[in-house]
Amino acid sequence: MLELIGISKTFNPGTLNQKVAIKDLSLKINDGDFITIIGSNGAGKSTLFNAIAGSFVTDSGRIVLDGKDITMLSDHKRARYIGRLFQDPMLGSAPGMSIEENLTLAAGKGGWFSRITKAERKAFKEKLSLLGMGLEDRLEQPVGLLSGGQRQALTLLMATYNPPKVLLLDEHTAALDPATADKVIELTKRIVEENHLTCLMITHNMHQALDLGNRLIMMDGGNIIFDAADEEKKALTTEDLLRKFRENAGKNLDNDRMLLS
Amino acid sequence: MPDFLAELFKLAPGALELGLINALVVLALFLSYTMLNVCDLSTDGCFTLGAAVGAMVALSGHPFLSIIAAMAAGMLSGLVVSFLQTKMGINSLLAGIIVNTGLYSVNILIMKNSSLVNLNKTETVFTLLKEKLKGTFLEGSYRIIIASVFVILVILFLSFFLRTRLGLAIRATGNNPAMVKASSINPAFTTIVGLCVANAFTALSGCLLAQNQKSANIDIGNGMVTVALASLLIGNVFLGKGKVTRRAIGAVLGAVVFRFVYAVALRFNMPASMLKLVSAVIVILAIFIPYAASQSSQVKRRMELKGGRKDA
Repeated sequence: MLELIGISKTFNPGTLNQKVAIKDLSLKINDGDFITIIGSNGAGKSTLFNAIAGSFVTDSGRIVLDGKDITMLSDHKRARYIGRLFQDPMLGSAPGMSIEENLTLAAGKGGWFSRITKAERKAFKEKLSLLGMGLEDRLEQPVGLLSGGQRQALTLLMATYNPPKVLLLDEHTAALDPATADKVIELTKRIVEENHLTCLMITHNMHQALDLGNRLIMMDGGNIIFDAADEEKKALTTEDLLRKFRENAGKNLDNDRMLLS
Repeated sequence: MPDFLAELFKLAPGALELGLINALVVLALFLSYTMLNVCDLSTDGCFTLGAAVGAMVALSGHPFLSIIAAMAAGMLSGLVVSFLQTKMGINSLLAGIIVNTGLYSVNILIMKNSSLVNLNKTETVFTLLKEKLKGTFLEGSYRIIIASVFVILVILFLSFFLRTRLGLAIRATGNNPAMVKASSINPAFTTIVGLCVANAFTALSGCLLAQNQKSANIDIGNGMVTVALASLLIGNVFLGKGKVTRRAIGAVLGAVVFRFVYAVALRFNMPASMLKLVSAVIVILAIFIPYAASQSSQVKRRMELKGGRKDA
């Protein structure tokens, strides 16, 4: 279980550009929850992910993962428990290195001086073939040669190679063409289900937010303004979401990309 | 024409020997510049440090220890540079320049407040092998043999090391640091390890050059980073793509070719002092040409537009 207890983050405090990104936010995420997150521009969605992943230390509050306080743990140490995908497919893998070399680092097995073994190569091939993109035959090719969709699928595989306690997906299909995006979403669904992952997904696609997962969170002004789970979530429609937003935020939903989709 | 070829042939051993010794610095930059994506400007000072430490330890009567001591000193220098950039928030270029400046004083201190150490009568690995080979057909090749052995050892080490998990992490640090963090590895750690290893090779090169030419002076490393970078980029032209081992061999080839071309230019009465200008120009061209190629379509389009406007 991941618990956020009253976390806050203000950027550029004391300057003209002061921006309260998250304000006294508390959230309990149960094991196996698949939460979709929607919200207006600048609602604090990505900041929330940065706080969970440890990109910065929050100004106040605590973050507790499975009973362990990780508030002060640095980002690379948290990466052991928290996997993350970004909107930009280029961010998750090293373009100048081969697919198997990238996977070796993601797998993180063996000592510092261990090298890729035959067994590992076999395991990589098996996992890659599940992506259905033919990457299993391209183990030695540099990742830089892959398409955006292939790279994002590879990143998904890397982030979940050792199933993390929490998987953070920050609009990870937003930069892909619709067909590829659908494919990556299907993969995401399958990998999350197979590994019983606890997952948070930011999306600007309201249908996606409604279709996927068992829980939906709406954010505005650095806090959570609506949180629906299970049966309540299943009954929601896009109209409900827009209405809820108006009621709880006191304004119309102003995510420009969301209104277009 | 046969005369000309004979002349070239005479130049070859000297160029090969200096090329191979320089190749060790080029391999150091292959690790720091190509793999880790850090331009380590402490290279000049570190090279001199290796020469100074190697010379002093050899003077004290320990020819083999001198090589180990020089490499250890280089590692220490790399540790300082990487510590400055990863733990003290100093820009990586600046960190190199700062350490380079500091090393000048350190090197003078090591050479006992002198700017020149003479090794004319000192026992070194070179003199030892020379005696061993006396009377055999390899008598004249002892310099090349020593330089080759070290180059081969370093290539073997790198082609093993860069395929280990630590080596992969170092390569990924230069490629995509965010991905290294996502793999639960601290990029500060990989940067420190990479620069320590690279600087050990730089210092080894300095140590060997000093012992080869039987003197170490405070200027021995001046401009070395540019010369090595030029060699590295020449090597990229020949063997710049593919597996790590292939590219490392390319780096060595670049160093030898660079030295050979330089030797030929000297033969045709180019002043020796031109070495650094030539290497500076090579570095500029080697970086500019790929850039220009990548921009060419834009430039072409701009020219077309300009032309079009004139016609209208």
